Amino acid sequence: MTDNTKQLLRIRNLRMAANTANGPLEIIKGIDLDLQPGEVLGLVGESGAGKSTLGLASMGYSRDGCQFTDGVVEFKGRDILGISSKERRALRGCQIAYVAQSAAASFNPAYKLIDQYAEGPLFHGEGNREAAETDAVDLYKQMRLPNPEEIGFRYPHQISGGQLQRAMTAMAMSCRPDLIVFDEPTTALDVTTQIEVLTAIRNIVEEFNTAAIYITHDLAVVAQMADRIMVLKDGQLVEEADTQAMLSDPQESYTKTLWSVRSIEKRKKPLPDAAEKPLLSVKHVDACYGDTQVLHDISFDIYRGRTVAVVGESGSGKSTTAKVICGLLNADKGAIEFEGNQLPNCFKDRTKEDLRHIQFIYQMPDTALNPKQKIKDIIGRPVKFYLGLTGAALEKRVRALMEMIELDPEIFMNRYPDELSGGQKQRVGIARALAAEPDFIICDEVTSALDQLVAEGILKLLMRLQDELNLSYMFITHDLATVRAIADDVIVMQKGKVIEQGETEKMFKPPHHEYTELLLSSVPEMDPDWLSNLQKQRETEVT
Amino acid sequence: MLVNQLKMIPLSAWFGLVVIFLTAFIALFAPALAPYGETAIVGAQYEPWSDQYWLGTDNLGRDMLSRLIFGARNTVGLALFTTTIAFSLGAFLGILAALKAGWLDMLLSRLIDVLLSVPPLILALMLLAILGPSIPNMVGVIAVIYIAPVFRLARAAAQNIVVLEYVQAAQLRGEGTFWIIRKEVLPNIMSTLIAEFGLRFCFVFLFIAALSFLGLGIQPPTADWGSMVKENATLITFGDYTPLLPAGAIALLAVSINFVVDWMLHKSSGLKD
Repeated sequence: MTDNTKQLLRIRNLRMAANTANGPLEIIKGIDLDLQPGEVLGLVGESGAGKSTLGLASMGYSRDGCQFTDGVVEFKGRDILGISSKERRALRGCQIAYVAQSAAASFNPAYKLIDQYAEGPLFHGEGNREAAETDAVDLYKQMRLPNPEEIGFRYPHQISGGQLQRAMTAMAMSCRPDLIVFDEPTTALDVTTQIEVLTAIRNIVEEFNTAAIYITHDLAVVAQMADRIMVLKDGQLVEEADTQAMLSDPQESYTKTLWSVRSIEKRKKPLPDAAEKPLLSVKHVDACYGDTQVLHDISFDIYRGRTVAVVGESGSGKSTTAKVICGLLNADKGAIEFEGNQLPNCFKDRTKEDLRHIQFIYQMPDTALNPKQKIKDIIGRPVKFYLGLTGAALEKRVRALMEMIELDPEIFMNRYPDELSGGQKQRVGIARALAAEPDFIICDEVTSALDQLVAEGILKLLMRLQDELNLSYMFITHDLATVRAIADDVIVMQKGKVIEQGETEKMFKPPHHEYTELLLSSVPEMDPDWLSNLQKQRETEVT
Repeated sequence: MLVNQLKMIPLSAWFGLVVIFLTAFIALFAPALAPYGETAIVGAQYEPWSDQYWLGTDNLGRDMLSRLIFGARNTVGLALFTTTIAFSLGAFLGILAALKAGWLDMLLSRLIDVLLSVPPLILALMLLAILGPSIPNMVGVIAVIYIAPVFRLARAAAQNIVVLEYVQAAQLRGEGTFWIIRKEVLPNIMSTLIAEFGLRFCFVFLFIAALSFLGLGIQPPTADWGSMVKENATLITFGDYTPLLPAGAIALLAVSINFVVDWMLHKSSGLKD
């Protein structure tokens, strides 16, 4: 390609293996990668594709239980796999830096931010403590952190997740490295916070002409950040192209499926008759955690066979509303009515029939299924408990339910949850809810822990089941793309209040409430210029 | 699969397992294995080792070997029984406290704190002095004392489980408390409890031996390892180590159980060296 000496990072035929119980398993299968100074490369793929492993490999690092089996990693023309670990340590943090996914887990909670910032420069002998502190304030300013002079003297738990992520990027910048590896830096953040972090990262990378490897599974995000995109699958390169070309004209079929994820076709449903009674009504509900009031006068109706999406940032009261509906949290005021009958506040006072009608699907499939129960017992229990089926009838019903969620009963019935993938576990969670033959299912962020392709499968399944069984869903999410794809009605919440509600199509058309507008405009789009445009737009609005 | 798992067992755990199974075998078939009866006086006092009395006779002329064999049955059997009671109650109450939280948790935990605040041996001596030394009393007293640590462990382990969504799902389904304890929580803390069971069993077993040695445990003429040491202790001053054999049996079994427990803890925690 180009002259080797000018190249910042050059990886050739890299192979890595992980040790498993059944011997070594190849997880990176011969990948080549080139990075020029100042270039931003996006690594895209599902989980397990080897993105993070490759990102770490570019620092000459392999996780515990993994090892390099073949290939070369050259940084500025120097092989960094062959050098001693002491020499590698001199490189890391100084010339190559790393920004991890969860900033909250990556900062040491016992030290102030500035102490952790200064650690790198002092270790690598780049100036003294005062210089590091002044420098930190400069960088905090550039990262647009509030109170840049003081924020460094706080502890990690005293600032928000988005701010932490920016502080961490500033920390990575402390030695002005030539290369930064960003490993899903915004995945754990809300859309509105994500924008701030993305803008800050992009500006600072441009400012210092730092090369970056940006790892993510969100294509719209990578479109904003990267000059070039590599798509990985199962440790192999699927496709590589400049961002513009990759977005407009993907070549490989796998890449095309990734691109098409956000395009579930939804059948438009007619509005319910004026005469039709809502299935579930939430009427003027107030609720508190201890002395803090978290829900203020929440009211909405959910009709039979419709999907209502509840959107908002974290802390907006979405999940709390679900808890009140389930009876896990007592409403201080107001009422929950199901088919016109008021439900008792606490789930313990509700009848078995009341409980059966309202089912729940959880966000984390790992903790939603008991690891010590077989799949057939997990699905079978509600069938037995509510419908009283036993023996052969029970097994027949379980088989039918498993076929409904597209899992082969022959293969999965006798397995334990640990033997299933995330998407399969989530399907079992759905089957458990269906087993009760409910009318209404609360889906709490059911796809946020899953990859896009898997999530799409789950959404399609939920839509199909809705058509077949005439179910109503309350869909809690912060992902507006999902909302647009599946919801009939939308409720926007902020700080424990309902800001706006209505039909999905109307909600996605202007005019919006100010906050809805902010949420909507913050959803990354596939257009590479989207972030720049948005930034300009918001700046002009401010001035 | 099973063969592979057996191969994974370390040597120390193998040793422990063999000793435990051997003890269990001896305890189960004591009448068939012992050459003489448990309390039968078969010879003179303190007879030396011979073909007739393999390990000699004790202070009353009873066969040492036979008493050692019957002792396994009494000491180990009672220890097992006591530990099982302590575990069933302790684990049930611990999980219940974690699940219900609130005032019930507060009440149970403080009661357990009271139990824990008195040294166990003193408490046992005091209670046995009040109730009078008999086997049912001893079993009851030791079980009550050992409910405390089991309760604390079960409560701590269960607290990590009850916050998980599958327990919430079971509660929202309308399942009863007992069902949730048995089906949702207990299987997930079982490995911790089993490992603890082995350890506690050792303590209980030593406790019974200690009480018997002090004369408050298993009463004569019933053979048990603790009181056998006490009864024949004078012989030690003559340089004969026969009275130390029951003590040795106690030590061997305790060590063996600990080997197995170590291995099980190692397995359940997934730690590698």
